[in-house]
Amino acid sequence: MNQNYVVPAVALVVLATVLVGAFGLRISRTTSDFYVASRTVGPRLNAAAISGEYLSAASFLGIAGLVLVQGPDMLWYPVGYTAGYLVLLLFVAAPLRRSGAYTLPDFAEARLASHPVRRLAGAFVVGVGWLYLLPQLQGAGLTLTVLTGAPDPLGGIIVAVVVVATVAAGGMRSITFVQAFQYWLKLTALLVPALFLVLAWQGDGAPRGAFAEPPAFRDHRVVRIDESLDLKLSRRLDVTATGAVDGRRYTEQRVDLAPGVHHVERGTRLAFGKGDRVPVADGGDNSDMSTSPESGSEERPLYATYGLILATFLGTMGLPHVVVRFYTSPHGVAARRTTVAVLALIGAFYLLPPVYGALGRLYAPELTLTGDADAAVLLLPDRMIGGIGGDLLGALVAGGAFAAFLSTASGLTMAVAGVLTQDVLPSRGVRHFRLGTLLAMAVPLAASVLVGGLPVADAVGLAFAVSASSFCPLLVLGIWWRRLTPPGAAAGMLVGGGSAFVAVTATMAAYPGTGTLHALLAWPALWSVPLGFLTMVLVSLATPGRVPAETDAILARFHLPEELRAEVKA
Amino acid sequence: MPQDPTERRVVVTGPPRRTRRTSGYYRPRTEIDEQTTLGHTYVRSLMRSQLRVAVVVFTVLVLLVGPLPLVFATTRNAGFEWVVLGFCLYPALVLLARWYVRRAERNERDFVRLVEDR
Repeated sequence: MNQNYVVPAVALVVLATVLVGAFGLRISRTTSDFYVASRTVGPRLNAAAISGEYLSAASFLGIAGLVLVQGPDMLWYPVGYTAGYLVLLLFVAAPLRRSGAYTLPDFAEARLASHPVRRLAGAFVVGVGWLYLLPQLQGAGLTLTVLTGAPDPLGGIIVAVVVVATVAAGGMRSITFVQAFQYWLKLTALLVPALFLVLAWQGDGAPRGAFAEPPAFRDHRVVRIDESLDLKLSRRLDVTATGAVDGRRYTEQRVDLAPGVHHVERGTRLAFGKGDRVPVADGGDNSDMSTSPESGSEERPLYATYGLILATFLGTMGLPHVVVRFYTSPHGVAARRTTVAVLALIGAFYLLPPVYGALGRLYAPELTLTGDADAAVLLLPDRMIGGIGGDLLGALVAGGAFAAFLSTASGLTMAVAGVLTQDVLPSRGVRHFRLGTLLAMAVPLAASVLVGGLPVADAVGLAFAVSASSFCPLLVLGIWWRRLTPPGAAAGMLVGGGSAFVAVTATMAAYPGTGTLHALLAWPALWSVPLGFLTMVLVSLATPGRVPAETDAILARFHLPEELRAEVKA
Repeated sequence: MPQDPTERRVVVTGPPRRTRRTSGYYRPRTEIDEQTTLGHTYVRSLMRSQLRVAVVVFTVLVLLVGPLPLVFATTRNAGFEWVVLGFCLYPALVLLARWYVRRAERNERDFVRLVEDR
């Protein structure tokens, strides 16, 4: 791929973000109240801003990569990301806005009048935020590596530096316009190339069979294996190899591989012919994330799909950067209408990544072998169109991808830094907020350099699982159930969210569990969400004396329309 | 003056109407404002009606989405799965959301009318 266009495109997006951030800083300094301006944001603009912040690297790159590797089952991710907003709308949106809480810890304290519960909620915000930041940084690193050959952590470091700089300066906080702009940028950056790609596909005779198992090469292609892996062959395969296969070295020699498992050393080049089936890779460094990532959709167990559905449907409401945005609506009714607009906007966006995934299976099937499946979106313009047009479209996609990393990462950093400043670091003040920002970004950056190799969308799925088992019970029960007590809320969050967190950590540390145990750990939402709800209810019922005294008044504030409440206060 | 019949009639019918309006206007509102038991009952009735709408829509969502993985697992038709998950579900989600918002806003309007006796 031609770097001449990619680097300027990425630089332009980064520069625009910094500039608008600085501009927003100047504006918000002259405004007496930092938030009041945001509170007058109408549903449409606010919805674009929420969507802009929400559509992350996982949406932009990860979904297409997953669809490419694992087939249409992975389309549950975008469906879940969208449907999560419907669940949020049903149970949370308007009361959350009326609660006046700016963050989840604020909500916990307002509802339960308990400082320990606030701190616990803060700890979970930090945990979920870090889990979610990790794939953003990794995605950025991957993008730069694929497009320019830069060393792997560089992209992540760039994103981290830009985000810390803008957030610490205070610029990202009130600029709804930037986030809204980035939504439209991301939509354009996927839509325009997609139109050209579909045209190219039609010009190619509209080949079918995108989801044939396994995918086959459409023309002669040389694949460089970056990490040592085992190929599982179901039938005989002839390849031309340069490197080591099954312990023997080859240079430009034809190798006849019998059905079975073959070990390929890193750095080996395999040349496949037209019509060859893409072999199934096994034992690469990132194969232990989901239960059967490389073995095709047919072996993907049902409970994994249901675990994914549960986590994404219920986890969205607990994402720290999502909750903050609801506060910018003028009132509860606007919060509801905003959510409907968000559903429409992100639904429209999610029509696009599956197209890339399907085309990737046709035109870049070797990505399933190299472990760079997340790069499918970035590579397709060059692969299918080529020439200067392909370069320009590739640059557009790269710019959009960086917009995705920057917007989501800033929102998350903002939320995590806010919690760190208010509840962890000793005293409040701008200086501590800057320290908090640094801390908020340093941990996931270090982790992304150390851990490496998690598929982007899968890591995001883990963050959703933790959020669904800790914040979903807190929000839903806090808003609708008057017998919730502080000990109940704390126990529920600890047991539900904590166990999901442990499961996630074990999975990320590649805990060598097998069979049922591994499945339970890799898809914790199925058991941890009910566990969280159950614990919260039971412990609350066991401590009836601890129901906060003001519960009735607080619930009235959550649910009464504003036109009545204005006079309640007076 | 005393031979003017209209004025006398106004005096007779006026007061009862005013008292009824005042009490009707103030009662539920002050109950809610002063957080009496009756006031809480009003709030609870609103919460219940809102929760009912939410649960109904959520049930529709579960019934719509819940069986899909099973259907896909039995049909094993990738193209069908692609069309349903890639396109068809999104309009359904938006329609469900709009339906819910309309119902929830109507509940709130009804509640405001009830407590303000309009």
